[in-house]
Amino acid sequence: METLAEIKARTETVAPGARLEIVSNGSPSQQASLRIDNEHAVEIARFLRDDPELRLDFCSNVTGVDWLDRTIKKTVKVKQVVDGVEKEVDQISEEVIPGYLEAVYHLYSIARKHGPVIIRMRTADRTAETQLPSLTSIWRSAEFQEREIFDLYGIHFDGHPDLRRILMWDEFEDYPMRKDYREPDDYEYEPTPHDDVLEKAKRHYAPRPQLDGAEKITAQP
Amino acid sequence: MSDIDEGLRGELQRQGIWVTSMQELYNWGRKNSIWPLQFGLACCAIEMIATAASRYDIARFGGEVFRPSPRQADLMIVAGTVTKKMAPQIVRLYNQMPDPKYVISMGACAISGGPFKQGYNVLKGIDRYIPVDVYIPGCPPRPEALLHAFMELQRKIDEQKLSGSNKAEHLRPDQPSEFPVPAFGAHDLEPAANADLFRPPEIQR
Repeated sequence: METLAEIKARTETVAPGARLEIVSNGSPSQQASLRIDNEHAVEIARFLRDDPELRLDFCSNVTGVDWLDRTIKKTVKVKQVVDGVEKEVDQISEEVIPGYLEAVYHLYSIARKHGPVIIRMRTADRTAETQLPSLTSIWRSAEFQEREIFDLYGIHFDGHPDLRRILMWDEFEDYPMRKDYREPDDYEYEPTPHDDVLEKAKRHYAPRPQLDGAEKITAQP
Repeated sequence: MSDIDEGLRGELQRQGIWVTSMQELYNWGRKNSIWPLQFGLACCAIEMIATAASRYDIARFGGEVFRPSPRQADLMIVAGTVTKKMAPQIVRLYNQMPDPKYVISMGACAISGGPFKQGYNVLKGIDRYIPVDVYIPGCPPRPEALLHAFMELQRKIDEQKLSGSNKAEHLRPDQPSEFPVPAFGAHDLEPAANADLFRPPEIQR
């Protein structure tokens, strides 16, 4: 199979103006992925499926990722004049990267027996603009998985034929797989709590009477 | 009712006269024809199926007639994980069963949520919405454990009184036989538990 860089170069000729980016993966698997922009996503997906070299006819898995706001601290050495003497001082600057949601597609080729090619799309932010184009029209197997991502992460797939919740009930309003999700507090009975569960269970504990001897003095008239 | 002297009864039996009471006869019939409701929720259901099949054979205890309708069932075996999406249907099925009715809570999930106890989507025990007669721990419990629970339930039925102040619950009009079905809320089931039924045990610290 072609390398991801070759696939990226060929895709750019097919979809001019598309902003593509190879996202590296620091884990031992080294599975880099191709980030595609939302405007050209359907066009690029159709190319990846129909191209005679690639023939990525099988979308095995679609998953969501939630990225929270990140701050990156950068330390720059700056020369400053302190008390008439020039010194090198560390200047710390903080850069805030706003959070976003991602959908990741794992593509294989049954016809050419190769894969995976991983493509990903990003939303503009985590709250207001959570739209992504649906790739169900290209790979039918993405239908239920995009519904699941909609259910658990709250990504709205434009062009999806039937975008409803699939695991949780329709009246449910939260997105449980988001990192800032707060689950309902039903920790009233935890026989052996520890760590996080202990902290949650403590909220239900009856207050213990604090007997330190002072109550005898205050009770006297 | 059953206040005949045991010694006299034994003496009569030796003479070929069998003396019984309406209550004993009635309970004997009921406890040997418990028809379970035919449904399963997760892997515990596989063990329940094994219990019903020839190797373990729940028919030896009169419980082989699994009914596909709640209207014909006496026993609800909650076999498996009860998700919050499934819980209202379970309560509704229980409400549709005719009295007298019994519930076996089978496996760690049905008792407490089991390995999913700290999840957002699993009910932390079916006893939050319906009364449970016998609990079986295990993940999943073996068929022998289900048979044991079945025998415990038979023992319980055998001890139920037909009259008097402590008569069986299904004979007392003041005891509820239906329980409110929880509604799907925006964040959780509403209510999260039936407060009349479910009281979390006091933890001694």
